Amino acid sequence: MALKPVSPTDEFVKGLWRDNPVFIQVLGMCPALAVSNTAINALAMGAATTFVLVMAGLSVSLLRKFIPKEARIVSYICIIATFVTCVDYIIMALSIELHRALGAFIALIVVNCLILGRSEAFASKNKPGRAMLDGLGMGVGFTFALLFIGIVREVLGSGTLFGVSMFPDGFQTWTIMVLPSGGFLAMAGWLLIVNWLRQKEDDAARRAAEAES
Amino acid sequence: MKDVSYWSIFLNSSLINNFVLAYFLGICPFFGVSSKIGTAWKMGAAASFVMLVASVCAFVINIILDIIGAPYLRIISYILVISSTVQLVEMLLKKLSPPTYQALGIFLPLITTNCAIFGLALFQTNKGYSFSQAFVYALGAGAGFALALVLMAGVREKLDLANVPQLVRGTAAALVVAGVLSMAFMGFAGLG
Repeated sequence: MALKPVSPTDEFVKGLWRDNPVFIQVLGMCPALAVSNTAINALAMGAATTFVLVMAGLSVSLLRKFIPKEARIVSYICIIATFVTCVDYIIMALSIELHRALGAFIALIVVNCLILGRSEAFASKNKPGRAMLDGLGMGVGFTFALLFIGIVREVLGSGTLFGVSMFPDGFQTWTIMVLPSGGFLAMAGWLLIVNWLRQKEDDAARRAAEAES
Repeated sequence: MKDVSYWSIFLNSSLINNFVLAYFLGICPFFGVSSKIGTAWKMGAAASFVMLVASVCAFVINIILDIIGAPYLRIISYILVISSTVQLVEMLLKKLSPPTYQALGIFLPLITTNCAIFGLALFQTNKGYSFSQAFVYALGAGAGFALALVLMAGVREKLDLANVPQLVRGTAAALVVAGVLSMAFMGFAGLG
């Protein structure tokens, strides 16, 4: 079966919605929940992960002819760990406060199944340019998902957005949203919305197909 | 970090700061393997075992890295040494005790590069635990992980029989359950 050629833009766009890593594929959940208690943390985490995704995609794709099949997972992990160490030190140099807020979760990007998954499933089979675009798309999709969760948690939990107060003084903050359980609940809420939207999309597609036949 | 009692380290890592419900580590197996109590406790046992191995590995690596003065190699050496040690232990287990391997073996590759394992290695380094303290910390983390998994599996077994709307079924429902469990674990906060 001949596959329809995929345009480069499509490579990028698919990570945003159709194959969104967090909401659709449910990958990389640990950082998505752990550091999304404020929007700024979510954004920083998303940016760090995107950097690692793009660079790992590029390196794996460039080296795909040299990496023996048996040792591929180990090689990918080495490549990913190298870039994660870079990001760790870059963030420490840029802002020590941010580094403290994200804590061990920057190092934990190494074991984010999303990155290994993209290296294995996409970058190892495609040209460097495409692998980078795919990484960028997945990274941006991941960042958006984190940001959505982060915004809900920060607005409801601390009454602020990016540190700016959102409500008049009398607002009673939902402390639960900043705490761990709030992460699970906010994520569940977004999943519901995404499921509902997808169901509507599917229904529309089915109706269109029926109308055609 | 010399004056902390072993009991409080154990309580801290198993209940108060439960790896799954307070730190969000090991979420993937938490949702993936928590549909039956039988598999859940096996997974928990396998993870506890790997955590102990990882804890010992991380302690040794840290000493070596301190001697050669290369802290920037920490991430890469942790992950490589831990995953290869687990692989080695898996082979040994296959040879020495086939029944144990049958029960736990299939889970070992799944959890080698799990964030709970890696997180444990990082946290014990950051906290500066001694060897025995780190061992107890790993023991507590493993127990807490197993407990969270088994509790979750128990709830999900019941949930399967309930009449849940199509939209909420699957991950969304599991997330809500996890949220409530996490709230319940907040009650332990005063213990330490």
